[in-house]
Amino acid sequence: MSVRRLAKEQPALFTFSPEAAEKVRWWTAKFPQGRAQSAVIPVLWLVQKQEGWVPEPALRVVAELLHMPVIRVLEIVTFYTMFQLSPVGKVAHIQLCGTTPCMLRGANDLKGILKSRVGHVGGCSADGRFSWEEVECMGACANAPMAAINDYYYEDLTVESLNGLIDDFAAGETPSPGSAIGRTGSAPEGGPTSLLDAALYDGSRASPLKLPNAPAKEHA
Amino acid sequence: MVGFLEDKDRIFSNLYGLHDWGLEGAKARGVWNGTAEMLSYSPEWVCDQIKASGLRGRGGAGFATGLKWTFMPKQESERPHYLVVNADESEPGTCKDREVMRNDPHRLIEGCLVASYAIRAHDCFIYIRGEYVHERERLEAALVEASAAKLIGKNNIHGWDCNIRVTHGGGAYICGDEMALLESLEGKKGQPRLKPPFPAGAGVYGCPTTVNNVESIAVAPEILRRGAEWFLGFGRDRNSGTKLMSASGHVNKPCVVEEAMSIPMRQLIEDHFGGIRGGWGNLKAVIPGGSSVRMIPADEAEVALMDFDDLAGRKSGLGTAAMIVMDKDCDIVAAIARLSYFYKHESCGQCTPCREGTGWMWRIMERMVTGEAEPKEIDMLLDVASQVEGHTICGLGDAAAWPIQGLFRHFRPEIEARIANYRSRRANVRGATLMAAE
Repeated sequence: MSVRRLAKEQPALFTFSPEAAEKVRWWTAKFPQGRAQSAVIPVLWLVQKQEGWVPEPALRVVAELLHMPVIRVLEIVTFYTMFQLSPVGKVAHIQLCGTTPCMLRGANDLKGILKSRVGHVGGCSADGRFSWEEVECMGACANAPMAAINDYYYEDLTVESLNGLIDDFAAGETPSPGSAIGRTGSAPEGGPTSLLDAALYDGSRASPLKLPNAPAKEHA
Repeated sequence: MVGFLEDKDRIFSNLYGLHDWGLEGAKARGVWNGTAEMLSYSPEWVCDQIKASGLRGRGGAGFATGLKWTFMPKQESERPHYLVVNADESEPGTCKDREVMRNDPHRLIEGCLVASYAIRAHDCFIYIRGEYVHERERLEAALVEASAAKLIGKNNIHGWDCNIRVTHGGGAYICGDEMALLESLEGKKGQPRLKPPFPAGAGVYGCPTTVNNVESIAVAPEILRRGAEWFLGFGRDRNSGTKLMSASGHVNKPCVVEEAMSIPMRQLIEDHFGGIRGGWGNLKAVIPGGSSVRMIPADEAEVALMDFDDLAGRKSGLGTAAMIVMDKDCDIVAAIARLSYFYKHESCGQCTPCREGTGWMWRIMERMVTGEAEPKEIDMLLDVASQVEGHTICGLGDAAAWPIQGLFRHFRPEIEARIANYRSRRANVRGATLMAAE
């Protein structure tokens, strides 16, 4: 648990762009009539994609849209830690995983890099272009250490490769996500130890078959 | 041959994304083959096959999947049935469901259809963790393909209407607990409900619901394709089948791999993960199943089997089979203290033992890292941990206690030495002279 509060400085208003409003409709349509509240996390995420963070007026807009009391939206935005309650870096927001599997493979060294190049934990760089935070396990442990930068995962990081990524983003590029050491997904370094049998991929698996254990003469 | 499992018996043929994840590629690898025949038999037949296969839930708890499906009402009513796929993979160490969703999404989608049919659900929600943005985009794209091909959706070729929709979380580990997931799906904070009532009685919107892990759902069609006996051919009694396993930490080649259940842990590590950094003799401890199980020391890891019952017998657990491996060069106390921080961060705050206990246990663990503690605080910490364990609304309390219990069960003398060392170097610590003299 942690205490999360709205930022002191807030804009006066919030409106969804036409594109975002269309996506809001797409999300609410996924749920049964009268259950629009189920869309609250995805809709607040759309706010964040549009603004970079979730400003307070957006909470009231979302509450009205989804027929929820404002307090219930405030609960969501403070409970779920993916929601940024204050502005983040304009070029890149770096979320470094610090949980034990990443820590065992050097995440603490990467924290040092981010502290020196971006600023104090959770803060923005002086020019407002970068920000970073330490997050909990991101589910990429076989490619540790890793960071999510602008939502996509950059994995198998080293001090050199993280510095390189910051340089790339600062120069206006968007480096490809994935393993910084050339691994394919979670395959081991040096290539897979399994799935080497070509017969798995020659189309033979698509040949018509009869299920084993079919019931005697039973149909649904 | 490496490991126990031969490639021909592997289910997740695109685990590493080396092949086409799209519909054509998936079909060429055997996905959607025979699905129509599966749905031509009764839902009871489907449940029986999965029960017979011995499939145990792959999300960590290991509850018999086929049995869970039979808890649903046997006829439809005005309360619709729901299948909810738990794709909120957030257990430290665990990174397997992600590979299924981004590289083999059609296998999961086919599983959703089959499982929905087995529990008489026409609606399925896949609740994916919010951070998996790329995986969610893949899944949505695959659903568009499957829908366009009329494999799912209304009036599909399989004769069972099945609407599959993806929704997502906002970064809370607790939403991986099914009773918190249901709350989150309904648009609320992820504060778990009590069981009973169980989801099959009252789940999403109060309707009969079954919640299953991604891997459990994704393997179901293959079990029907090849037969329950085939799945039973791997692993020991009551621990059958194949399983996605992974290792992070101090192995030479961390990765995810599909292997046979009950494979010896040492062989798994040597054959698929390149062995321990610095050689097997450098191994200190393994947390076998994602962080929420107690660790086992190197001498037990030597003989342990990767299955539910062997590891449970060692006071540990298979969990998600996502090993966190620690060698002698690491500070194991710091590693566990960081896990304690994780649980404190992720506590939803609903019940007192967890809300207060996780923070308290973390603060004590931090002092254990430097040794800045009194010897009696070890037993105090273990006492508090045992008061959290079993006394909370959900399993997060247990999960927070277990790493600490595992650490002290196997390495207590080390921490006692750390404390003695800290105290003996500080003249102004009460009793320091006494301890140094001892």
